[in-house]
Amino acid sequence: MEKKTFVSTRNACKLCAPFGSTLVFKGIEGALPFIHGSQGCATYIRRYMISHFREPVDIASSSLGESATIFGGRKNLSAGLKNVMKQYNPKMIGIATNCLSETIGENIEQYIKEFQSNDKAYSKIPLVGVSAPSYKGTHQTGFHEAVRSVVKTLVKRKGERKKLLSILPGFVSCEDLRHLKEILEDFGLDYTLLPDYSETLDGVFWNEYRKIPEGGTPIRRIKEMGMSKAVIELGKSLLKSESAGSWLSKEFDIPYYNLPLPIGIQESDRFFKTLEKVKGFPMPEKYKKERGRLLDAYIDGHKYLFGKKAVIYGDEDFVASMASFVSEIGVIPVLCASGEDRLKETLKTLIDPKIMDQIEVLPSSDFMEIAEKAEVLKPDVFIGSSKGYFMARKMKVPLMRAGFPIHDRMGGQRMLHLGYKGTQMLFDRLVNIFIEVKQETSPVGYSYI
Amino acid sequence: MLGNNGKIDGFSGINPIESKEELIKIYPAKVARKRAKHITVYDREEGDPPEIEANVRTVPGIITQRGCSYAGCKGVVLGPTRDIVNITHGPIGCGFYSWLTRRNQTRPPSDESENFITYAFSTDMQEKEIIFGGEKKLKQAIQEAYDIFHPKAISIFATCPVGLIGDDIHAVAREMKEKLGINVFAFSCEGYKGVSQSAGHHIANNQLFKHVIGLKNEKNDAKYKINLLGEYNIGGDAFEIERVLEKCGIELVATFSGNSTYEGFANSHVADLNTVMCHRSINYVAEMMEKKYGIPWTKVNFIGAESSAKSLRKIAAYFDNAELKAKVEKVIEEEMKEVEKVRAEVKAKCEGKTAMLFVGGSRAHHYQDLFTEIGMTTVAAGYEFGHRDDYEGRRVLPTIKVDADSRNIEELEVSADEKLYSPRKTEAEIEKMKSKGIDFKEYEGLMSDMAKNSLVIDDISHYETEKLLEIYKPDIFCAGIKEKYAIQKMGIPCKQLHSYDYGGPYAGFKGAINFYKDIDQMVNTKIWKEIKAPWETEPQLSARYGSE
Ligand code: SF4
Ligand code: SF4
Repeated sequence: MEKKTFVSTRNACKLCAPFGSTLVFKGIEGALPFIHGSQGCATYIRRYMISHFREPVDIASSSLGESATIFGGRKNLSAGLKNVMKQYNPKMIGIATNCLSETIGENIEQYIKEFQSNDKAYSKIPLVGVSAPSYKGTHQTGFHEAVRSVVKTLVKRKGERKKLLSILPGFVSCEDLRHLKEILEDFGLDYTLLPDYSETLDGVFWNEYRKIPEGGTPIRRIKEMGMSKAVIELGKSLLKSESAGSWLSKEFDIPYYNLPLPIGIQESDRFFKTLEKVKGFPMPEKYKKERGRLLDAYIDGHKYLFGKKAVIYGDEDFVASMASFVSEIGVIPVLCASGEDRLKETLKTLIDPKIMDQIEVLPSSDFMEIAEKAEVLKPDVFIGSSKGYFMARKMKVPLMRAGFPIHDRMGGQRMLHLGYKGTQMLFDRLVNIFIEVKQETSPVGYSYI
Repeated sequence: MLGNNGKIDGFSGINPIESKEELIKIYPAKVARKRAKHITVYDREEGDPPEIEANVRTVPGIITQRGCSYAGCKGVVLGPTRDIVNITHGPIGCGFYSWLTRRNQTRPPSDESENFITYAFSTDMQEKEIIFGGEKKLKQAIQEAYDIFHPKAISIFATCPVGLIGDDIHAVAREMKEKLGINVFAFSCEGYKGVSQSAGHHIANNQLFKHVIGLKNEKNDAKYKINLLGEYNIGGDAFEIERVLEKCGIELVATFSGNSTYEGFANSHVADLNTVMCHRSINYVAEMMEKKYGIPWTKVNFIGAESSAKSLRKIAAYFDNAELKAKVEKVIEEEMKEVEKVRAEVKAKCEGKTAMLFVGGSRAHHYQDLFTEIGMTTVAAGYEFGHRDDYEGRRVLPTIKVDADSRNIEELEVSADEKLYSPRKTEAEIEKMKSKGIDFKEYEGLMSDMAKNSLVIDDISHYETEKLLEIYKPDIFCAGIKEKYAIQKMGIPCKQLHSYDYGGPYAGFKGAINFYKDIDQMVNTKIWKEIKAPWETEPQLSARYGSE
């Protein structure tokens, strides 16, 4: 890897670990996220999540103050948990540490054990602790660590093998989660999707206020994950040793499929093939048609796309699958960038070496570095979150918003990326960006292009 | 006075004492006792406002609106200044979340002028630095920021881990200041300090005072020179205030800190009057400038057309010049024409409706004026991070107990500057003005303006918010983005007063017009009523016909 010439982070392309962890807890039925540490982070994280999802987000905190930095936060944690239980009556509390509690060396697992054995009255509500110091990794680390903690804490029994499929989708949009569920249902699969914040963070209008929104993966279903006949885990950036899926597979001897996010035909095919294998019969007609239509569109849109250059930035798994998709349609992902540090390895797992040669990869990068590189590479489009708007505007290059966070447009949570259908939507948007540029820059106001 | 203060429409059937009980009954006994002290019912007839508990640590597990001291220091006070490069020293999250998050606008004189508001610098601490210290990385980060921008000043903000691992950011600042020949200063605003953003305001005030204010000494010949303190240019408010002041011929030397510059701060001591908008976040600077330079301060409020007029008249009375007074009257007359026209239209539709405001440390007070102007009553209000003086008035200052959480925030020892101290008014002049009704060093607090029997709740929790909405069903609720979607899920419109939902400005005269219109749209819009599906509203329809 090239040595970076800077040490500070200038406009970061990553968020912090507790963000990812609390998001996972939002996707479990009846669960309430809790940050053990200073309250500021809980507030910042709530606000940030809300700016994208536009839904209520409650995250409690143990509000550690100066005295806790000396005496520890044990008392605050137990008082906080009790208060939350009284007010919200949650079915589970997911507790993430933060930089403060980690720096003073709090042992969350130990505290939870003590709390549950000290007071039987409070031991009925499952508590899941996750260590989430942001000085190690990113929001993605916090996300996957939390999924792993949930699974390790709740999945206990080893019973009779069921037809159950466990699927761990990673950090995708609410619409992506809904689409995954639709696919699994159409396959007739009995599944557990973890986490599932498709309802809790993109819910319907309520006639009556609910302290904890409906939806989320039922805890009962999580408990049964050990009896799965297969585990599918999306995201090639995961180191095998650290993922929830690989743990489940090892612990309960379950076949494990680690796949990239299914964006583009190649990766969607891989995903559907896996489902066919798990279920034992071919994919429903509906998806064959979706695939066919997508292919047809690829051919129709080719003339607008061929040879165009894209800069893609964001989370590694998102960037890798996006890059794979755009290279299918003749767009060169000239620059792939992420605030995470394993981007190259991740890309290599799904991108053809010939195409890899044409890609500049910037792992551990920030938006200043991305912008500097982009100035040289002169892309035709940026693909990524709202956070790239500033450079896109400066360079007068269009931005196709995708991924997270999207808080300068409505509907980021309802944006579909996955499967043939998600790809179709991305494809149409991308082509239209180029058509629009062509139209807008044409001296004649053609309405037919 | 406008509106219907004193008489409370719209919630006469609800007993505030009972609602208070309702709000806290779910809590464990100890917590309920604590929270009870934060909730008061103000019966105006009983003299001074009752004592309210404020500025104490939020009970763990109670979901609060509050942020941390870093947020108050970097996000609120320093954030809006465009030409200081702000470096967050800590892990990535804090810096990321405070990256251009408020809608602080700024207007650099040209495209080439410095504007760093869109940048978020962070040292992005890694485990290595947590273990071995982060000073070296911080120095490099400062050097990098300097190499890229060559700014006049760089400031450093500490987040939680910094104090714990013992990095001496002030020593680093001194060293880099020496090396680079520009001003570099640091803020020990670790998030665990104090109980809310408020601690961070204080820390920001101290450091600005120590390291920036008074550094420059440029003569300013304008006749009527003021500073505006505690105005953060949300939604372009500062632009409107600047417009009005300019029209009146009043020179604004510096604003702390909306649409502001480093140079403005450095030269702010040449002003002859400090006007204070948000008392909570900036009164320390006002106090210290008075001691050091002899500049008196007075509270103003440019939120609300009537309040703006009142504030302008106060400034004119201070300078006591017939020409200025006439000019101010003329401006008010001109501006009020349009204001009155829109107000009359809007008032006809909003009269008698109710509002609740739970936000900040001054906004929950200031915005009541705007609601009053269109005939709406504020039935409940409270601050996120106010202190007792912001509720009950500065007269309670001597009786406020400082608890452990606030004790560690430095109080600067300030004395008169040998060269620059020059009292702008003699004591006799001040006394004379006071006798004419111009107050100095005074803030009456939020309670003084609230209707009889209204509820005042400090550091309202998420849970209490939900309950309150259920009981009162106000026509509008003002808060921030964290509360917005929860409130709207209950079918009640929420106006964000941290970001204005990307509307505004709401300050001054034009701002008042914007606000009237926006509120009219929100409380009278059909969407909120039509959200119910037809099969849900039908039975109620017939019931309504019957009762109306
Ligand atoms: S302290 Fe750590 S957990 Fe909190 S916001 Fe900052 S980086 Fe995130
Ligand atoms: S509480 Fe500490 S860690 Fe959290 S946002 Fe504030 S400064 Fe950062």
